[in-house]
Amino acid sequence: MLSRVADSLYWMSRYIERSENIARLLDVNLQLQLDFEDMDDATLKEHWEPVIRAAGEENLFYEIHDRADSETVTNFLTFESKNKSSILSCVKLARENARMVRDQISTEMWECLNQAYLFLKSNNSMRVWESGPYAFYKQIQDYSHLFRGLTDATFSHSEGFHFMQVGKFLERADKTSRILDFKYHILLPSLEDVGGAVDAVQWGAILRSCSAFEAYNRLFVSSVSPKKVHDFLIFDDHFPRSIKSCVRELDQNLHAISGCALMEHSNNAERVSGQILSELKYGSIEEAFRFGLHEYLTQLQASFIEIGKAVYDTYMFHPRLDLATEIAAQQQQQQQ
Amino acid sequence: MFFEDYQPESFFDEMYTPDGKVRSHYEGILGRMIELGAEEYIQKCQAVDLSFLRQGITFTVYGDEAGTEKVFPFDLMPRIIPANEWASIESGLTQRIQALNLFLADIYSEQRIIKEGVIPAEYILSGKHFRRESMGLKIPRDIYIHICGTDLIRDENGNYLVLEDNARCPSGVSYLLENRQAMKRAFPNFFPGAGVRPVENYTEALLKTLQYVAPMEKENPVCVLLTPGHFNSAYFEHCFLARQMGIEIVEGNDLVVRDFKVYMRTTNGLQQVDVIYRRIDDDFIDPSVFRADSALGVPGLVNAIRAGNVNIANALGTGISDDKLIYAFVPKMIRFYLGQDPVLGQVETFFASEAKHFSYIMDNMENLVIKATNEAGGYGILIGPKASKAEISKFREFVKADPRNFIAQPPIMLSRHPTWCGERFEGRHIDLRPYILSGEKTVIVPGGLTRVALNKGSLVVNSSQGGGSKDTWVLQPNS
Repeated sequence: MLSRVADSLYWMSRYIERSENIARLLDVNLQLQLDFEDMDDATLKEHWEPVIRAAGEENLFYEIHDRADSETVTNFLTFESKNKSSILSCVKLARENARMVRDQISTEMWECLNQAYLFLKSNNSMRVWESGPYAFYKQIQDYSHLFRGLTDATFSHSEGFHFMQVGKFLERADKTSRILDFKYHILLPSLEDVGGAVDAVQWGAILRSCSAFEAYNRLFVSSVSPKKVHDFLIFDDHFPRSIKSCVRELDQNLHAISGCALMEHSNNAERVSGQILSELKYGSIEEAFRFGLHEYLTQLQASFIEIGKAVYDTYMFHPRLDLATEIAAQQQQQQQ
Repeated sequence: MFFEDYQPESFFDEMYTPDGKVRSHYEGILGRMIELGAEEYIQKCQAVDLSFLRQGITFTVYGDEAGTEKVFPFDLMPRIIPANEWASIESGLTQRIQALNLFLADIYSEQRIIKEGVIPAEYILSGKHFRRESMGLKIPRDIYIHICGTDLIRDENGNYLVLEDNARCPSGVSYLLENRQAMKRAFPNFFPGAGVRPVENYTEALLKTLQYVAPMEKENPVCVLLTPGHFNSAYFEHCFLARQMGIEIVEGNDLVVRDFKVYMRTTNGLQQVDVIYRRIDDDFIDPSVFRADSALGVPGLVNAIRAGNVNIANALGTGISDDKLIYAFVPKMIRFYLGQDPVLGQVETFFASEAKHFSYIMDNMENLVIKATNEAGGYGILIGPKASKAEISKFREFVKADPRNFIAQPPIMLSRHPTWCGERFEGRHIDLRPYILSGEKTVIVPGGLTRVALNKGSLVVNSSQGGGSKDTWVLQPNS
């Protein structure tokens, strides 16, 4: 497979996953807000700022908007073309990457991304607010799910598929860690507050942001506690958005690309993914709390970045040819 | 209103005879259309447009910040060519492509045609697309033009004439194939029994052609399609063809030349490439030989071709054969190389570089079509009868400054075809671009891309200038 193709498949997959996560995050937070009437500016800011932070675009946000409220934040994260992490930008980039590898992916996959893009282009924030954001964000998430289903059913599960899986699980693991992390700031100023005043609604929202509410409840029968939520979203073996599940899938797909045996490694991406997988396998939530949850999550995020970089270095990066040198070399050959 | 008010006027109309009768090969489709009625016809049009949009069969409007994408206008009223007409087009095109390939093999080696005085040497050597780099180059199986997209028009008497031979990187074939798909979806019950010859085997024939011209007659060669990239307006077509053939689509940066061999960079390291179907012009294909500022090409590619380790389609330097000046000599080439009379006519051409032609051109500019010899896409053209005084005097200066670069032709009133114009069918000018493949055999997909000038009275069918397209039906013999 061409390196450029691998790169595009990886990013196409990553961007569509990102768009889904942001859509869900906005959806949940908009709904959550309905449960708290009469929010003043400060509470609104407290409510929305972590959402912007999760997208990593806090500075840009305040360059464009003065205050963080439902309208500015949702607009910024949905339609703002200057924001590379807005849903519109993500879907556009996913489609752009798909276009570059249009010959490699199935027609169904392409048409799905194309539809998602046309759907976004035909909308704007005014219309979304008028017709109700719920249906809109649901539709974005549906496109992502449709795309996953179509990929699974119409695209060969070979090298390209594994690159897509790597992109997806890396993005998903990262977003789960960020959702846990940003809520940690507001919800857990200190460990003593755990289980105190902060109510189940907030924790429910965290679970919903990861589509985990139902899966969690089935396991713990409606006893929402911060520790259990963290345990579930980091260490659960079976839930497809828990960090451990994501890293396990990530690790397997990396090994499927190289053909290297599991538990061994043939490149840096596999080494780091194996390392954090072991930590997640043999670690526990108590340890994570002792270490400091924020620090723990920050470390995981650093590892995800390292894996992404290593994948690029191993499979996609060919030292960029310097055109002038190359031409000189070729012209010399001509004269011989 | 549908067909009731249709006026063929004084033009050659594809569907109606001058006395207003429907030509027999159009009777079937006209009946079907009238049965359908205007309202349903409009619905079908909208459905087809939507489906093109959904499939992303669009082109980006250059220079548009918002990234507006447009669908190529597609007219649902098909153009129909009866079997006997097609048979003569087919034999004419086959003859022509054979002559052009012999011509290229000749001028890049012995140059008999110059030595025997058929074409003056200076016409060829001064051609912008004549490539000295190709002199003495051994081309696999002596095929230079593997893919040709010849433009045919019909004059006021309905004679088919060759307007130009696009022998560099002709585009548009994907629209031919997509148009047929769209027609089949929109009118599934038009096709059974209509005797329309299928076109779907084009990509298979193209792949066979590419494989046939592999260096050293290699078995199972690795073929790739080289694109300028996804910003190119024909990118959709590049993807379409690569996908249908199941070959890789590559950009210049995906390829690298080492030891006179071309490799593509894959996740498993380098993999050698044997045949490149390139959709990049000569000028950009190898910055170490041609334009050094080209970031689209592959440095060293020409060396690899010289070493015989890779072949490209079309070959380097085919552009000289679709130089509009050289075009005038094609009938002579056919006689010279094949000893045959040309089957297809072509348009009378005056050379600005010949003294007696020059004064004729200068005196009659407002009655002639003036063309730059090496432009494409409908650019560099002056249509005298439709031009303003200012345009004419501007072109007069151009021609004076560089006579070699201009030719003149009498204006041909292209044939017209009923075309949907929003409220009713009206006559619009059309041409035809068949696609000719030269491999082990010459293969021409029945029909071609019919382009239509959608603006009233316009003779310019190029998509960049208000052109649309139609499905083209070549009928089976006896249908």
